[in-house]
Amino acid sequence: MNSQSLKQTDRWQWTAGRPESTGGWLGYAAMALAIGWVLHWSAAGAQMSWSELAGGMPQIGDFLSRSVPPDWSMLPRLWAPALETIQIAIWGTLLSVILALPLSFIAASNLHGWHWLRRITRQFLNVIRSINELILALVFVSAVGLGPFPGVLALALHGMGMLAKFFAEAIEEIDDGPLQALRSAGASQLQIIAFGVVPQVITAWIAVVLYRFEVNLRSATVLGMVGAGGLGFELVSSLKLFRYQETATCILVITVMVIAADMASNWLRSRIQQGTRH
Amino acid sequence: MISIRNLRKSYGSNHVLHGIDMDVKAGEFVVMLGLSGAGKSTLLRCMNGLNQPDSGQLQVGGIDLMRRHSRRELARHVAMVFQHHNLVQRLSVRKNVLTGRLGQVGTLASVLQLFKQSDIALADACLQRVGLAHKADERTEALSGGQMQRVGIARALAQQPQLILADEPVASLDPKTARSVLQYLRDATRELGIAVVCNLHQVDYAREFGDRIVGLSQGRMVFDGVPAMLDEAALNAIYSGEPQPAGHTPEQGAALHLSSTAVGNWLPGAMSPATAAGGLQ
Repeated sequence: MNSQSLKQTDRWQWTAGRPESTGGWLGYAAMALAIGWVLHWSAAGAQMSWSELAGGMPQIGDFLSRSVPPDWSMLPRLWAPALETIQIAIWGTLLSVILALPLSFIAASNLHGWHWLRRITRQFLNVIRSINELILALVFVSAVGLGPFPGVLALALHGMGMLAKFFAEAIEEIDDGPLQALRSAGASQLQIIAFGVVPQVITAWIAVVLYRFEVNLRSATVLGMVGAGGLGFELVSSLKLFRYQETATCILVITVMVIAADMASNWLRSRIQQGTRH
Repeated sequence: MISIRNLRKSYGSNHVLHGIDMDVKAGEFVVMLGLSGAGKSTLLRCMNGLNQPDSGQLQVGGIDLMRRHSRRELARHVAMVFQHHNLVQRLSVRKNVLTGRLGQVGTLASVLQLFKQSDIALADACLQRVGLAHKADERTEALSGGQMQRVGIARALAQQPQLILADEPVASLDPKTARSVLQYLRDATRELGIAVVCNLHQVDYAREFGDRIVGLSQGRMVFDGVPAMLDEAALNAIYSGEPQPAGHTPEQGAALHLSSTAVGNWLPGAMSPATAAGGLQ
């Protein structure tokens, strides 16, 4: 067979996976119907109304026009709360890492065989994560009083729930071969973690921690709403006093801080990936 | 060194080892041949305590593996070289070799990255034996496949074992590199008087490097002798033990014949493009 005759009979053929029988097609149709119904049902529940959004555009425009130009005169007043926000985020992140580390080894499915312990740990983490930071902050404010410290505690607890889950997932994705080799060399469980697990997950962990720091920076700004320190207090009081130009300044400062944190974490991550050797 | 009597192992209804009897003397280089699924890896993993046999006797370095035993204790006698070397990529070469010492050093000190100078000197000496002393400070992930397997051998040597088990150590290497890796393994173990049990798929390597060859077929030992005794009949016993489905061999012959036709014309003549594409679904 030469290439000439190949070209003549070479037609297109659809190779995508598709049902082989009428029953299969009916199944797909039923699924499409069900998805359509769920979307319609949730749109009704969420009272989605594009016409109201369109009708409300002038109000949004009004809000925006009243917040420009930002009131730069209050910048000096924002220094202290901005620094406080960073300090809250640093300690909130650090404490959550310390709390999350041991839990992640327990929650990972490939390091030990006590399934019940892992399940309990995972459920505990789910419960912690399901409680909003603001609510945690309210609880801690009532416990230790107003100020940045309850904010730190709220971020630490909520961050622990998230970090332990992500740490554990990173552990579950590692190559088991090196762990087998270490076990075969007679290494103890702690030695296996130090020489087999940590070197394999460390870059993924650092990426998660840096991301969590960014999240904490953003969260720390709203914790002020419940009296837990930081920029949020200024933000909320300016909103309450209808000083939208000051609100705009607060939001800009927060944005700059988040962008700076993102740049710093990118730089750190690339440095770590270049030069990891232990 | 190793004493095995009537060893049996099955995974559910799948019987992998049907009563193996085998002895390995100190310092002996034994090559194990057999088809994939013949039970070679299972037998090796049993010898290292990674798999628990169902019945029989299994003693390695004076330790009875049929009873409860200490993993750390066994690691003083037995080291393993893996098919995919199983190095920790992010550690330096020297650190990987040092992990061979983990079973014999304190947990707390080693977790804090503290090792005795004698252990570090031993690791460097082991790297010297596999010709990689100059790579000690490099990142392991920067090495080639053959070099990684040599580091795997150095790590096994660092355990100062009396026995090294090698599970298809050269299966993913090219012939030249494979031969050099086996050469390093044999030279180092011979000088140190370490016994080796090595699974291989290449008969010529088995003849070249083995003091003794053991053939496994369907969980039974079908050959045991010096390389000179490994003749056509022995190879048949090892490699055609599995009952072939009828008509299998002629088909293979046909496929071989087709692949030898003109370059570029790889579509089998009897197959139209439409039916060939239909096969993609």
